[in-house]
Amino acid sequence: MSFHPQMPYGTPQWHRSERVLADEGPPFAFTPENRQKLEEIASHYPPERRVSAVLPALYLVQEQQTHLTGNAMAHVAEVIGCSRAHVEDVASYYVMFFTKPVGKYVLQVCRTLACALNGAEHVTAELCRQLGVAPGGTDAAGEFTVMEMECLGACDRAPVVMVNNEHWHECQSPEAIQALIRDLREKGVAALTGCHHTKE
Amino acid sequence: MRLPEPVLTPHVKKPHGHTLEHYLQTGGYQALRKALALTPDQVIEQVKQSGLRGRGGAGFPTGMKWGFVPKDSPKPKYLCVNADESEPGTFKDHVLMERNPHLLFEGCVIACRSIGAKVAYIYIRGEFYHVQRVLEAELEKARAAGYVGKNILGSGVDCDIWVHRGAGAYEAGEESALLESLEGKRAQPRLRPPFPAVVGLYGCPTIINNVETICNVPVIFDRGAEWFASIGPEKNTGPKLYCISGHVARPGVYETSMDVTLRELIYDYAGGIPGGRALKAVIPGGSSVNVLTPEALDAQASFDGLVKAGSMLGSAAIMVMDETTDMVWAATNLIHFYKHESCGKCTPCREGSDWMHKVLQKILRGEGSMRDIDLLLGIANNIGGKTLCPFGDAEIAPVVGMLQHFRGEFEHYVREGRSLVPLAPWRAREPAGAHAH
Ligand SMILES: Cc1cc2nc3c(=O)[nH]c(=O)nc-3n(C[C@H](O)[C@H](O)[C@H](O)COP(=O)(O)O)c2cc1C
Ligand code: FES
Repeated sequence: MSFHPQMPYGTPQWHRSERVLADEGPPFAFTPENRQKLEEIASHYPPERRVSAVLPALYLVQEQQTHLTGNAMAHVAEVIGCSRAHVEDVASYYVMFFTKPVGKYVLQVCRTLACALNGAEHVTAELCRQLGVAPGGTDAAGEFTVMEMECLGACDRAPVVMVNNEHWHECQSPEAIQALIRDLREKGVAALTGCHHTKE
Repeated sequence: MRLPEPVLTPHVKKPHGHTLEHYLQTGGYQALRKALALTPDQVIEQVKQSGLRGRGGAGFPTGMKWGFVPKDSPKPKYLCVNADESEPGTFKDHVLMERNPHLLFEGCVIACRSIGAKVAYIYIRGEFYHVQRVLEAELEKARAAGYVGKNILGSGVDCDIWVHRGAGAYEAGEESALLESLEGKRAQPRLRPPFPAVVGLYGCPTIINNVETICNVPVIFDRGAEWFASIGPEKNTGPKLYCISGHVARPGVYETSMDVTLRELIYDYAGGIPGGRALKAVIPGGSSVNVLTPEALDAQASFDGLVKAGSMLGSAAIMVMDETTDMVWAATNLIHFYKHESCGKCTPCREGSDWMHKVLQKILRGEGSMRDIDLLLGIANNIGGKTLCPFGDAEIAPVVGMLQHFRGEFEHYVREGRSLVPLAPWRAREPAGAHAH
């Protein structure tokens, strides 16, 4: 008799690492333009330190196909010259890398104190209500993902929403959510306010 | 002496105020010429005399830090500009980089030359992609005009600057974790010593400075170290940016000197609390420092003044909470931040933040006991000073500080099962994320 409890080895239930569960996805290779961009970025670091470019490489993957897949991370490992395990280790650490499929628009609502003091809870609640999702979830049409983020560094424009890791939408209110969703559908990211500092 | 006029942010609201042309028209890159005429040691001496202290959080004397780089080391040396700006409540570097990028580049070149570095990396948080685009466009112009790159202004000095984008990790702002991230790894801290000035990026001597620190460097050479040292109180010299957010009428970045008080900042600069409501609490230096009550409003908002008041200047992020704020909720909001951002390397910090969050949530649900309040302090006691980097001390500050000043509110939750203050209109009755975490 074994003292070892019966464990469902070999089934997805037992594999807690993202690696096993990550979707391998379709075959992946950088487009020639993205590959060239990566080589330009890699030239900023000493040649023997190419692995410094792993974060930029992962961003380029997300530009090319919205989220990271097993095949994409394997490709990054190959072009950077490190192990696939290293790429996956890094990718799973940073919140701006998506290791699961996301919607066309990822709405990243700040939830930290300064935004919360100005009604961020209402903004998230209203977004979730109108899209019928919970934070972290994607709507049925695969159009919108709602994500809660920690302080985005624009607390004077609270509450702040970031879209797709780069576009800013400032001073949100629950009343504006309906229009935001509609405008994003119609006009895309051009509907967003952008960062007020760049407004001239 | 009070700062007579802004020197870091005078043109931030002007159209094209961020361009090279505008920078040159307003006397830009003159400080670089002056600094290039001095020897590197003289430059460091001037920075020491100015009394400039690091703006990243700890207030460490900048000139002294630069002096730690071993001169005889044959290895390359590096400057890393800390533009991670992730401390909740902080958004000053955001403005500086987006609206005055050349001031940062000029400071980088002066700093690099004085420590013997040929490359500077600006490690910018991933969320500031729009800022990165501004930086890179302006860098291109500065390179073409000969202020950055090879043989700068014909002096034989080489210095290149690259922007490196992080990907959403508060811990990447901690200096040794920043180096790890820049090396293409998880942002987790290193054991010190050796300190980065000796063994830093790629194992080479490295100086890490905050954006605002580096932006102050050209000011020292522009106006003179003596002028710089005359601004603000003794040992807390030079212009300073304050980020004011939360319950104020005019949140934003304000530039003054460190002889200003919290009261002036909140009521004069930021226009006070809207609706005539009363002030309840203020966090003077980002979420990692102790909260203060209105009694402390006349404290000088300087490195030393706020230590005297029982807190810290930190990143000069002033978060204002009015009387409608539930302090138990506020503590929970902040501990959620630390729980989410803990890098996971040290057990006390990783597990402790999660525990504290669970205990606070229990109290918020009205299921807490008096023992839970003491448990919070017990957990905090097992985190503070027991981690590789100061994240551990940072994460206990909101809980310990709130308990020190507002213990009655915690006890009310335990006794009555609900908050002492009615639910504020800016709070959702059922926050969408309440069950998801
Ligand atoms: C958890 C943690 C996060 C930090 N985040 C930042 C940051 O976002 N920006 C920053 O400039 N310094 C940050 N610091 C402070 C840095 O470790 C470092 O002290 C600072 O960049 C040094 O620059 P200075 O000497 O110019 O102040 C952080 C420290 C800790 C412990
Ligand atoms: S708290 Fe939301 S941007 Fe800082």
